[in-house]
Amino acid sequence: MKWSNIKYLVFRRFVQISFLFLYAMGNYYGWKLLQGDLSSSILFGKIPLSDPLATLQILSTGALVGANVLVGAMIISLFYGIIGGRAFCSWVCPVNMVTDLAAWLRRKLLIDKIERKIWISRNIRYYMLVLALIVSAISGMAAFEVISPITILNRGVVFGFGMGGGLLIAIFLFDLFVVKNGWCGHICPLGGMHSLIGKYSIIRVSHNSDNCTLCMKCKDVCPEVEVLGMIGKRSEFVSRKECTNCGRCVDVCDDDALNFHLRKFLEK
Amino acid sequence: MAKKGKKVEITSRRRFFTDIAYSAGLATMGGLLWAGYTQKAKSSPLTLRPPAALEEKDFLKLCIKCGLCAEACHNRPSNIDRDTGKPKKSTLKMAKAEDNVTIGTPFFTPRDVPCYMCDDIPCVTVCPSEALDITKVTNKKTGELDFKMMDMGLAVVDSNSCIAFWGIQCDACYRACPLMDKAIKLEYDRNERTGKHAFLKPVVSMYDCTGCGMCENACVTEKAAIFVLPREIALGRPGDHYVKGWDKKDQQRVANRVDKDITTHDKRSAKKPEDYLNRELEY
Ligand code: SF4
Ligand code: SF4
Ligand code: SF4
Ligand code: SF4
Repeated sequence: MKWSNIKYLVFRRFVQISFLFLYAMGNYYGWKLLQGDLSSSILFGKIPLSDPLATLQILSTGALVGANVLVGAMIISLFYGIIGGRAFCSWVCPVNMVTDLAAWLRRKLLIDKIERKIWISRNIRYYMLVLALIVSAISGMAAFEVISPITILNRGVVFGFGMGGGLLIAIFLFDLFVVKNGWCGHICPLGGMHSLIGKYSIIRVSHNSDNCTLCMKCKDVCPEVEVLGMIGKRSEFVSRKECTNCGRCVDVCDDDALNFHLRKFLEK
Repeated sequence: MAKKGKKVEITSRRRFFTDIAYSAGLATMGGLLWAGYTQKAKSSPLTLRPPAALEEKDFLKLCIKCGLCAEACHNRPSNIDRDTGKPKKSTLKMAKAEDNVTIGTPFFTPRDVPCYMCDDIPCVTVCPSEALDITKVTNKKTGELDFKMMDMGLAVVDSNSCIAFWGIQCDACYRACPLMDKAIKLEYDRNERTGKHAFLKPVVSMYDCTGCGMCENACVTEKAAIFVLPREIALGRPGDHYVKGWDKKDQQRVANRVDKDITTHDKRSAKKPEDYLNRELEY
């Protein structure tokens, strides 16, 4: 295996695990680098960061949330909105490691090749997002936060696992046997939220169709294949908001037809 | 009309409306299930929240489940074990799925670890969402934090199992209380059974007790005979009909009520007193 074929994968795993590690150290040993969890944290003992979706849900219960949470959500939205795109999903979210594992196993066990009748829309996540806000308003508590596998896994590492861990196994099995990239690519409302936030980000994957040999390795590994519609046809940026900027396609391409670039808005 | 044996054509217009109905139906179904689950996911009413937590309803709206309060409690200098130099098990815990407390929200169980009522109340000052409301523990006059203003709950004594009420000497809870002689007082009584001993009975004052649970933690009986309950559970409410005529403050309590809110009739008063006396109990 060549280094250039796993470069971004290794970087991503390093970043994802570092986040969990720092959060855990923040709790167990009082390290001041990163305290709290992905719902809301304090960076370097000063800068507040919060999950924009959790914040929206709190606001939709009609409660006025503390300024630190609001500022934190703003910082996160600006960062991903301007720079990172949907990078939260592939570089930070711990569930990504679970669902990537399921997707990898699917490929190895050739489950992908079996014809299946189950099809679900990739837009469910946006319905889930709206539903989360409505249910929050009705029930008077952040609705996705009580079922979110993301926070269950994150808190599990930082504060100790409980029975909620079963939900992660369920998602793993769902992704493995029921729908390919089922959770992250179809259902998760936080993924939907980050897709919307990151729609106009600068960092994007770009395709050079002159170099492309149509091997389609990229489409094999992409968790959001729809975004790669231009492969072999047009040289352009992957501009659809669902791209997670995971860089797997860049990794697997042996013909230098995919790379990270800063999006140029003016050329269009 | 479609002929027999031929498939009904779906026009794009029709498909459009069917799609909408389909999505709306699914979303409603999901939403109802989800909303039902969130009701079930609410905490047991016996849950004890961190200091300065808002009333449960508002607390659940605001708490973002970040765990910063629990971390602050875990890493406060006073939680370091003097022997090992490592943090001990701390007061605040983040609820897991099996805890019967809304998942991811902070709570404590005093019989395990009570709240030590830190002077600097680190758990409250760190809360980013204001679900823990610092103004609830800030002295309005001096602007300083005052741990005596905490109100996690109220200690209640079960006088049947408290051995001090049997006449055995025990003042474990009394001594453990950070607000000794205010929140718990010892009431002295003559022990008629022996004729020469005294009862030293612990009595809790609802005005001073913060619900920290030091007493519950210290209680020597197998299952604590003094334990903390949320104040809404532990306290009754006399209503406006009963007034302490000798107490100016209590008269104030009912002075402002609105006439139309005063009812002197209820289900029970509808019956005449003779009914109670002359008839058998009706169930
Ligand atoms: S889609 Fe959801 S679970 Fe998947 S990586 Fe993104 S936030 Fe995490
Ligand atoms: S006041 Fe109580 S809950 Fe808060 S940090 Fe101190 S011991 Fe923990
Ligand atoms: S610090 Fe505040 S928002 Fe965070 S878990 Fe504690 S109570 Fe909730
Ligand atoms: S809970 Fe017990 S120890 Fe704490 S203030 Fe009340 S009576 Fe004192």
